[in-house]
Amino acid sequence: MSVESLFPRLEALLPRVQKPIQYVGGELNSTVKDWDEATVRWALMYPDAYEVGLPNQGVQILYEILNELPETLAERTYAVWPDLEALMRAEGVPQFTVDAHRPVRAFDVLGLSFSTELGYTNMLTALDLAGIPLEASERGDDDPIVLAGGHAAFNPEPIADFLDAAVLGDGEQIAIAITEVIREWKTEGSPGGRDGLLMRLAESGGVYVPKFYDVDYHPDGRIQRVAPNRSGVPWRIHKHTVMDLDEWPYPKKPLVPLAETVHERFSVEIFRGCTRGCRFCQAGMITRPVRERSITTIGDMVEAGVKASGFNEVGLLSLSSADHSEIGEVAKGLADRYEGTNTSLSLPSTRVDAFNIDLANEFSRNGRRSGLTFAPEGGSERMRKVINKMVTEEDLIRTVTTAYTQGWRQVKLYFMCGLPTEEDVDVEGIADLAKKVIKAGREATGSRDVRCTVSIGGFVPKPHTPFQWAGQADHETVDRRLRALKEALRGDREYGRAIGLRYHDGKPSIVEGLLSRGDRRVGEVIRAVWAAGGRFDGWSEHFSYQRWMDAAAKVGVDVDWYTTREREENEVLPWDHLDAGLDREWLWQDWQDAVNDVEVEDCRWTPCYDCGVCPTMGTEIQIGPTGKKLLPLTVV
Amino acid sequence: MVQRLRVRYAKRGRLRFTSHRDISRALERAVRRADVPVAFSAGFSPHPKISYVGGAAPTGVASEAEYLEISLTRECDPERLRAALDASLPPGLDVLDIVEAGPASLADQMECSAWELRLPGADLALAGVAVEKFVATDHIEVERLTKKGMRRFDAREAVLSLAAFEGKGTTAGQASSRPCVILRMVVRHATPAVRPDDVLTGLRLVADFAPPVPPEVTRLAQGPLDVRTGEPADPFGLDRDITRGGEAEPVGRHVGGDI
Repeated sequence: MSVESLFPRLEALLPRVQKPIQYVGGELNSTVKDWDEATVRWALMYPDAYEVGLPNQGVQILYEILNELPETLAERTYAVWPDLEALMRAEGVPQFTVDAHRPVRAFDVLGLSFSTELGYTNMLTALDLAGIPLEASERGDDDPIVLAGGHAAFNPEPIADFLDAAVLGDGEQIAIAITEVIREWKTEGSPGGRDGLLMRLAESGGVYVPKFYDVDYHPDGRIQRVAPNRSGVPWRIHKHTVMDLDEWPYPKKPLVPLAETVHERFSVEIFRGCTRGCRFCQAGMITRPVRERSITTIGDMVEAGVKASGFNEVGLLSLSSADHSEIGEVAKGLADRYEGTNTSLSLPSTRVDAFNIDLANEFSRNGRRSGLTFAPEGGSERMRKVINKMVTEEDLIRTVTTAYTQGWRQVKLYFMCGLPTEEDVDVEGIADLAKKVIKAGREATGSRDVRCTVSIGGFVPKPHTPFQWAGQADHETVDRRLRALKEALRGDREYGRAIGLRYHDGKPSIVEGLLSRGDRRVGEVIRAVWAAGGRFDGWSEHFSYQRWMDAAAKVGVDVDWYTTREREENEVLPWDHLDAGLDREWLWQDWQDAVNDVEVEDCRWTPCYDCGVCPTMGTEIQIGPTGKKLLPLTVV
Repeated sequence: MVQRLRVRYAKRGRLRFTSHRDISRALERAVRRADVPVAFSAGFSPHPKISYVGGAAPTGVASEAEYLEISLTRECDPERLRAALDASLPPGLDVLDIVEAGPASLADQMECSAWELRLPGADLALAGVAVEKFVATDHIEVERLTKKGMRRFDAREAVLSLAAFEGKGTTAGQASSRPCVILRMVVRHATPAVRPDDVLTGLRLVADFAPPVPPEVTRLAQGPLDVRTGEPADPFGLDRDITRGGEAEPVGRHVGGDI
């Protein structure tokens, strides 16, 4: 059965909405395949606005890989803004893909990539607009399998009732494997219906099907156990790890949108994983081990990607890009190749390190010299030991001073507030550090024209990290410390005007905390918030703390119990049956080390400290150097 | 800078929903992909030397006649560049014509635009009456939110001609083929610009005429006012006189064709 394009009906609504181009599709390098020639059809959703979702690497990679498979089709869908949502409801236009404007409900799979928990309400809007029942238990054979991935899927329990399945870790290989399971099942005539397919996926061991597990609770509300409720389903579900990134050089043809998006550049992931061991960082814990892409593959991908896209900026992505074993060669080689072409290179996520100033100079050779960002994360030496961010004050000041003397006028310093064991004095330390940075910068340059911006994020304890047991700071405490910091900076006559401060209040972090470490009982809160109009919770103009608190109170969920309560070692955590490879005892020990200011080295350069990932997952560290160099591009 | 070229392009179909900024980004990328030797501005933040001439058709409005000038560091054959740039741009952003810039300013040529508004489901008789009343009135004050806030201005004087007739088939770039009323108008460029929707507002004010759904608007042409025909003439006329010794009209796409 073929499906018709919804575009003619959508087109009539577009003159009445903001930024209509975002719903039109037709991006350069996008793909529209014949519906009837495909046996397995994926709708991929990034559950945020198009301008945020389009550049997402995960979605672009899976989109390209799936469309390369024979008899397989993948299209993309994004969250529609409330103005279009209202018109779609009034005119009965369902959730659509932007590629061929096909109705999302007609696909076999709706795959959602959750970078953050704040997209949960947007998922419900999309399901509802698509005509797919919100609760997985109410879906029939005609509804797609609703499948979650992305970092938030390492604890999908708060949205377990809305999901048919979830996958953990790298998506490349498991997306192909799932496609083949679905193809086989469909070719056989869909035996066992929807549950037959879910059972096949669950039995494979690589896909979590929440409804095949029951959660029992203690009378005090803690979880007693999570167990399979039928035979053939594994007790634990493991994450997926792609080894050898050179074998997976995606995206090859980046999507180039007509609409303006948050990242207007071609991004290449130069390595995956990070073992710096920052204890607050979920990404660093769940993506181990480090797997580098080789300098030659990076060079090839940049060359092809720039040619295919016309982007004038290249981003070298990873969790800590300056840590690539050949980053110096990569930077120099690319800067040489693109000399005189107005192609700029950017290196997001860099550590505080003098070497990185040289890198930054190399990177700005062919383009703009914008600001430099460093992330000491903690305001005091003690705090940085607790979070295992091994940067001394001396290092930081030396690095920033080098940046100033080499002509960078503006640096950004990123910190967190609300960290475990944090006291007022630790946050006050941020002001002292910023002042010292300006003082040293003025002395070194002999100029008063140096500035820094202090940017503060609220800390949220995340699953699969040593801080998964920690009590989250309440928002009153966070707000009080931020107010004091603001006063300390604003009141300073000598340095205050050279230091900018950017922060958010502590309330959104509490909601994020509830969703991050929540269990299945939190699902009802999400549904109630959505029913009360909750949309786009990652956007401050749409987010309402009150709406979340009201919803929690209404369904009887104690937000403090989920957020500010410290957990004991033996408490069953909602995600304990989901395996990121990290040894639970090691995580607990790392938590104890944190409290005792004990630091842990990086296993790339020191002996293995048994975090558990490599032996559990059958993986290993893959790093260079390869000793190869990037040759100049030959002009055709 | 070695060569300055003038480009006429169209935005058609779904691409009419692009904003001017969207087009400018798409064009810069297309230029890079097509390896066009575009000149860059000097300074801290170099930009490709591409300047847009004439009022940009608003978001949601299709156009057969948008114009820009581009500076090159190496001489190129205009027709080959046209084909290369057109192939590099997404379908719907179509490069129609390129000429070498003559000494006259292109911006000064842009005196007026011809617009077509398709009004699906509107009543032809009522539209005719409204047009008559509009034309018979000297001064019609309308209000519109501009970048400078709410502004009141006259929407009548700039309208050089206005007619209503029955539409059939499809206009270039528009999807619908429903029976409709077509409003065709030539409007003098002024400050603030009188847009087709201001004329619609005027029709509502003088005759209470309002289309049932948002109109599908297309700019058909812009250029110097030809006083004999009352229509915009080819703004490349002077450039062609110099570069081609007064060769005939360019080969552009016909308005009214399907894409």
